[in-house]
Amino acid sequence: MSTMTSPADGAKPIDVAAATAKLLGATSGNMVTYLQSCVHCGQCAAACHFYQATKDPRHTPALKLRPMLKAHRAKSSPLAWIGLAPALTERDLRETEDLIFDTCTMCGRCTQVCPMGIDVASIVQISRQAYAAAGLGPSDLMAAADASRDKGSPLGLTPEKLEERIEWLADENEVDIPLDKAKADVLLTVSSIETMKYPSSIVAMAKLMNHAGVNWTFSSKGYESTNFGYLAGNTSVARVMIERIVAATAATGAKTVVIPECGHAFGVMRYAAANILGRPLPFEVRHITEYLADLKRQGRLRLKPMADAFTYHDPCQISRRGGATADARYLLDGFATDFREMSPTGNFNWCCGGGGGVQAMGRAADVRHKVFKIKMDQVEATGANTLISACSNCRLTMDESKAHYHWPHEIGSLVEILADHLDDTARPAAAAE
Amino acid sequence: MDLLDFARGPALQIGLYVFAFGVAFRLASLLLLPRLKDLSAARKGAPGAVVASGREIIRRMWPQSVYAEATRFTTINGYIFHLGLAIIVFLGTPHILFLKGLIGVSWPGLPTNIINGVAVITFLSLIAALVHRLQSPVLKAISTANDYITWLVTMLPVATGLLAISHLGWRYETLLAVHILSIAVFLIWFPFGKLMHAFLIFLSRGTTGAHLAHRGAQL
Repeated sequence: MSTMTSPADGAKPIDVAAATAKLLGATSGNMVTYLQSCVHCGQCAAACHFYQATKDPRHTPALKLRPMLKAHRAKSSPLAWIGLAPALTERDLRETEDLIFDTCTMCGRCTQVCPMGIDVASIVQISRQAYAAAGLGPSDLMAAADASRDKGSPLGLTPEKLEERIEWLADENEVDIPLDKAKADVLLTVSSIETMKYPSSIVAMAKLMNHAGVNWTFSSKGYESTNFGYLAGNTSVARVMIERIVAATAATGAKTVVIPECGHAFGVMRYAAANILGRPLPFEVRHITEYLADLKRQGRLRLKPMADAFTYHDPCQISRRGGATADARYLLDGFATDFREMSPTGNFNWCCGGGGGVQAMGRAADVRHKVFKIKMDQVEATGANTLISACSNCRLTMDESKAHYHWPHEIGSLVEILADHLDDTARPAAAAE
Repeated sequence: MDLLDFARGPALQIGLYVFAFGVAFRLASLLLLPRLKDLSAARKGAPGAVVASGREIIRRMWPQSVYAEATRFTTINGYIFHLGLAIIVFLGTPHILFLKGLIGVSWPGLPTNIINGVAVITFLSLIAALVHRLQSPVLKAISTANDYITWLVTMLPVATGLLAISHLGWRYETLLAVHILSIAVFLIWFPFGKLMHAFLIFLSRGTTGAHLAHRGAQL
């Protein structure tokens, strides 16, 4: 029996049965509890940047539970027992596709406000797998996942290009950037956004690692930490990307994998990877801000004071959902003399609007720009001219909207300002870990 | 058998059985599902699942200050009718006597005029909740039949209770019978609709508490 359905308007046929099977596969007590718990109070809308930016009730996060809930009710509910529970339809999937992909960054603000504690981001992540199985999802997001598998990175950064790029950056900036070192304590990974659009971040990370005397390396076997397989709902690609980093770590003997300035890369490798592989990771995973904070605590990071006024955007997967909110502040403490917190900040900060792969979806550009108005207001209220972040994806999202609005503020990277203020006169002795 | 006998007898009994078995079935069907074991390394110093769940159940009793303004009406009005219902059910003398018949123990109740006052406030609070649901574009968009049926079966015992104590409309015995029947309907609907949140709240809050505390996320 064919499960493919094709609408009359000639749109690509989709596999409703495959989506239903994926949604019904989410049978853990965790997910089913969430599905059954929503009391439709609507408080999640107050926390969602897509609702706040558009005031469109369709963007109420509670509605993102509905497709999965409908699939479950059609299988097991009192109405299903008497054959009256409607099944999930192609129309349901098509009409909600944008709610699952374009207008959810899985930022977790709605979870914070939900009186029932429902983790909508977890539901959306599994729903994306179902929609992808049906053949739905933004084509550019799906293409980024495929490019990750086939070329090594979503932006086409092949191992050869990585090697060229590193060689060029090392020469241009007179900094040692090790690649494929035989033995290293730390494997540093990249986000292809940095490599292709913000290469100064790669140089900054290298300078900081070298300054602290860390025995580190990049690896051409596994370098891309942004996991578009995960974001696109393509678990097989997600697994491939994780396995590459696991293999690269094993090859160098590293005990620590450091994720660069990318929030979702951190969230996936730090918390999802072991669950996707079905086994614990044999190394620790640290975000670059966490790792640099460790170095600072050990007295291995000496910085010259920075007097420029700036504010900090918390990447959702590092702060709110990552548990590393304090480390960025610790790095700034005693170094940035005019650091101004925005409001709300830390765990409650507004999302940039481009997380969860939304940045890669061309058709979501308009709604991203609307969301950025929230960030512009936050920044302007601080009086600071510069906005920095510890996520290159947030940075790219914000840079694009900055250009869209001709916003006259600077947007930068935490790692880069730290590297720019290294105090090499008081350089700590090279310390092997 | 007159209407009052029917309400006090078979109707209430059926309501209690459906409530007890329905709630037990739904909870068992959830608790017997496998729980996801998080294989990622817990953040150093993260509390265990039980402690984290307990903390989150308590912490979410009031919204974080960032969300206080946006959630003010729902939170305050929600507390008014939830507490109102609890006071009426557990501290109204006729209800205590009914509960004594069920579980064998009793406790002192509040004076009738106080209970009546609480019932009026609860009635008005439930009206406000419905008006809010009908006026808010967000609530209109996300509301289903479940929300309106649940509102109705919650409102009916309050409204019929008020009519009974006011001796308005029918004679007292008929009003009392209708009041008891409305409670039977409430109990029958309980396991099928969103009234189940009275139990599910502990499971969903606890699940998220354990999930995010593992990461060291401060909710």
